[in-house]
Amino acid sequence: MNPETLATGRPGLFAGGDAVTGVGFIIDAIAAGHRAANSIQTYLSRRSTVNSQQLPITNSVVKLSRDEITARVETGKVTKRERVERKWIDAGTRVHSFEEFALPMSEEEAVAEAQRCLECGVCSECLECVYACRAGAVNHAAIEATRELQVGAVILTPGVEPIDLRAPSTSLRVGYRPEYGYGRYPNVVTSLEFERFLSATGPTQGVVARPSDGAHPKKIAWIQCVGSRDCARDQGYCSSICCMYATKEAVIAREHSAEIAPTIFYLDIRAYGKEFDRYIERAKNQGVRYIRSMVSAIEPGANGNLNVRYALDDGPKTEEFEMVVLSVGVKPSAETRALAQRLGIALNEYGFTESISFAPTATSRPGIFVAGTFREPKDIPETVIEASAAAACASQLLASARGTLARVKTYPPERDVAEEEPRVGVFVCHCGINIGGVVRVPEVVEFAKTLPGVVYAEHNLYTCSQDTQARIKARIEENHLNRVVVASCTPRTHEPLFQDTLREAGLNPHLFELANIREQDAWVHRGDRDAATRKAQDLVAMMVARAQHDSPLYRLVFDINPRALVIGGGFAGMTAALTIAEQGHDVFLVERDAELGGHARHIQFAVNGEQSTVNCVDVQAMLHDTIARVMEHPRVHVYTRAEINDVAGYVGRFVSRIHLADEDANIALDHGAIVVATGARAATPREYLYGMDNRVITQQDLESLIINRKSEIENQKSIVMIQCVGSRDESRAYCSRICCQQAIKNALKLKELNPQTQIVVLYRDLRAYGFKEDLYRRAREQGVLFLPYELDAKPNVAIANDKLRVTARAAFAPNGKIELEPDLVVLSAGIEPNDNAPLAQLLKVPLTQDGFFLEAHAKLRPLDFAADGIFLAGLAHSPRALDESIAQAQGAAIRAVALLSQKQREAVATVATVNERLCAGCGLCVEMCPYGARALDADAHIAQVNAALCQGCGACVTACPNGASQQRAFEMPQVFAMIENAVA
Amino acid sequence: MSDNNHEPRIVAFLCNWCTYTGADLAGTSRLQYPPNVRIIRLMCSGAVDPVYVLKPLLDGADGVLIGGCHPGDCHYQSGNYKARRRFAVLQETLDELGFDKDRVWLRWISASEGAQFADTIREMTAMLKSKLDSAIVG
Ligand code: FES
Repeated sequence: MNPETLATGRPGLFAGGDAVTGVGFIIDAIAAGHRAANSIQTYLSRRSTVNSQQLPITNSVVKLSRDEITARVETGKVTKRERVERKWIDAGTRVHSFEEFALPMSEEEAVAEAQRCLECGVCSECLECVYACRAGAVNHAAIEATRELQVGAVILTPGVEPIDLRAPSTSLRVGYRPEYGYGRYPNVVTSLEFERFLSATGPTQGVVARPSDGAHPKKIAWIQCVGSRDCARDQGYCSSICCMYATKEAVIAREHSAEIAPTIFYLDIRAYGKEFDRYIERAKNQGVRYIRSMVSAIEPGANGNLNVRYALDDGPKTEEFEMVVLSVGVKPSAETRALAQRLGIALNEYGFTESISFAPTATSRPGIFVAGTFREPKDIPETVIEASAAAACASQLLASARGTLARVKTYPPERDVAEEEPRVGVFVCHCGINIGGVVRVPEVVEFAKTLPGVVYAEHNLYTCSQDTQARIKARIEENHLNRVVVASCTPRTHEPLFQDTLREAGLNPHLFELANIREQDAWVHRGDRDAATRKAQDLVAMMVARAQHDSPLYRLVFDINPRALVIGGGFAGMTAALTIAEQGHDVFLVERDAELGGHARHIQFAVNGEQSTVNCVDVQAMLHDTIARVMEHPRVHVYTRAEINDVAGYVGRFVSRIHLADEDANIALDHGAIVVATGARAATPREYLYGMDNRVITQQDLESLIINRKSEIENQKSIVMIQCVGSRDESRAYCSRICCQQAIKNALKLKELNPQTQIVVLYRDLRAYGFKEDLYRRAREQGVLFLPYELDAKPNVAIANDKLRVTARAAFAPNGKIELEPDLVVLSAGIEPNDNAPLAQLLKVPLTQDGFFLEAHAKLRPLDFAADGIFLAGLAHSPRALDESIAQAQGAAIRAVALLSQKQREAVATVATVNERLCAGCGLCVEMCPYGARALDADAHIAQVNAALCQGCGACVTACPNGASQQRAFEMPQVFAMIENAVA
Repeated sequence: MSDNNHEPRIVAFLCNWCTYTGADLAGTSRLQYPPNVRIIRLMCSGAVDPVYVLKPLLDGADGVLIGGCHPGDCHYQSGNYKARRRFAVLQETLDELGFDKDRVWLRWISASEGAQFADTIREMTAMLKSKLDSAIVG
């Protein structure tokens, strides 16, 4: 018998106690029982193929180290006591009797002995925790289980983790960047740690405090690219997100305390995303200082301060900071890489998934897709886009099984509140410090309690959290609430969530009101807590007053037209059309030009970070193949030279009028969803002699020269490329994102054709994000010279003796500038939006300041418009690379499919109504209605509303001279009640 | 208007799709403006009934702001044009009733114009304040 496990020689048979040891102590017998039980459990849970004799025993023993014991004594957790001395009957008495000679302890002695317990915390299975946990979350019998699921596709979204600065890199056997002193100097923190300082739920409750002494630092330095763009430490790629998060941290830090003076040390500011450059400019205006320099070392200074050493053109500098933040890069965790290995997915040298050209979410194994940062580091909107794209690719495989396992959420029957007096419950949200840091939330709660109709009020740290939803439901029940008012953020974010909570509590979702005390109060009145608190009280009073008049609303259900309209026949539009069509929906693809292909017609070759040759993907071949697939697909109906003249209707039921130039005919198409993929175009430079000298060309021109006039190009001795031509200046404030990679790609291609060609790239920030950094490095290795210039000192292109002469600032040159006489000057001209305004007006969707389409939410809803049923993809959203456009098109397509496959949809709830007693049948409302939802009943001379068509704009209400027209949820008494409380 | 410190009170009717969202953007961008405005969300500027403007003025508000989408951008196609026509008539009525018609503003502010919203509130508050001050002095 195994003395450890008590297993006998026969599998499944265990033995212990007196039967094994002979007569012994009770306590040993109990121990043996426990041990056997333990072994039996292990044995059963493994269904042991293992010999029961070899079962390891897991004993819950805690061994405290000397230090730990001392610590416990020092903190007073336990007190050191001598053992209670045992007493014995003396030998003289003992020989005369059979009495037990060891005397028992007295009660006091027993208690004293028990108090010597060190409380190591071994579970004695008393099960007190099970009884104490009201949520029932403790389960002692829980064991690891393995389940098997049958699936048709797998999507991997494991993400990345920040680089552990203390972990040695494989090549150097030291931590990352030991010269920055992380782990040695307490006031050197990582960006993620700093993020926690800014957080309301962080260690300092949102106050920036130094770890060493809790002081509030004023001078804070951020150091970029720690563990990124660093081949020496196996981190050759750019982490893509650090420039923006460092800027965000700096800006938010200043919001927390205007005394904070942030400085960001960077190599290139890679603000390549939509509207990112504007954010950087705003940060500069708000006092964030940017220094382009690599920090060489950090040394400890006085009072826990840090001396940062760096170099500028005029020599080395040392500057003292009170705190230093290291902007750490990201990489997939060891577990993630192990997971990929188990799944048989190929990874690249950095441990991300091997990317596959123009199949943005594919992995090396069919049926397994990847989305988000595990593919390449990226910002939130891109991960959201990719998540949708991966869903599109996966559901393509699963189209036939769609909906077969779906369960419909059920709600309890709705309580009839018609006869009840209003009983309002008010929930005021702190939103961490977002609201609570400005508005005195408890005062708002106390005030709310005094309002007529309010029977209950409380405050929550986060009213939108899962557990608060449960609370709200419980409060509704306990207090028999029939109206709920939440005071938190804008109704545009969480109104649906709270309404759902009401439904789960058996209330009609329209018995709910939201007071916007974050966006429209706390965030805009940060300097005046009194006024902000008063305003919050007013806003709550307005909503409580409004809620008294709330009544249950019900929605009409209508059929959804299953067809889609895709506007724009470029790569994004075609990809979206094919994706929707493959899911079994008819698609109308409308293109303004005579042929399909859009901007991609001008892209000759693309480059993939993983390949060593540039010419790896023939874009034109792929384009032609895609066009052929579109033309052949029975469900895609293509209209070229077609212009959209009108879009009527609404989500699920649109009707568009199209003018076909070839036939000079107008047709009407009916569809349930719209994908906008109207693309953008290459801009034409207006500087650097472009158009005046044919040796000055654009990158796009260069590409077609490389393809069509290769021999000529091979003979160019020297070429200068100028970046950001017409981008990131007054004329176009945004970054065109693709120009840096395009320049690098073309430079590499030129070097491939003729390694002797001298290439100089004049740039402002080299935005080779993600793995494009590898290409950037390769270009430098091959001798391409990269020289930065500033916006206020642009290079100059002139003609001297019939030669091109480029002058540019260069710190290393003796007189501070260089003069070049290249054979060619190549301009990175960037991308500019098409004239989107007419279409935007037809669709009633907004544009950005720069003229691109404006999505519903920059981070979280990059594929949707605020208007239902309309989706966005490709260059019409913002400049981006081809594979990024493809992901976006697939994502937008699946968003449309999700709508189209629903078959039915609920109409607007807040429709207009007619009070027949007051209606005079004048017909003004019929004229006013833009949707044809109103009609006059010829016999009764009374206006009627078609609730399926009514969109709830309220125009008819204002038109009605008699007050017979009303809009649900915007009834006149409700608006009056709000006005009265707004003025009070 | 009894003391010098009277803070003007503005009631704003903002359309759900543009100006209300623009006001939210002012918040997300942390733009600061005076706390004198109370916002009432309506679905469209075309739904602002003239009585919604008169009632606050009668109840003691100092100013009323109507905010809608830019011409051509109304989510309901033409609500803001209706608002504009109605506003023109309303101004005359206000005049006739003896109200200072400058106390009622109509502004087109889109969802991306958070800064314009903040500016508008700043301007309107300042204007009303100077009106109040001169009323006291005068
Ligand atoms: S929706 Fe904004 S004005 Fe009509």
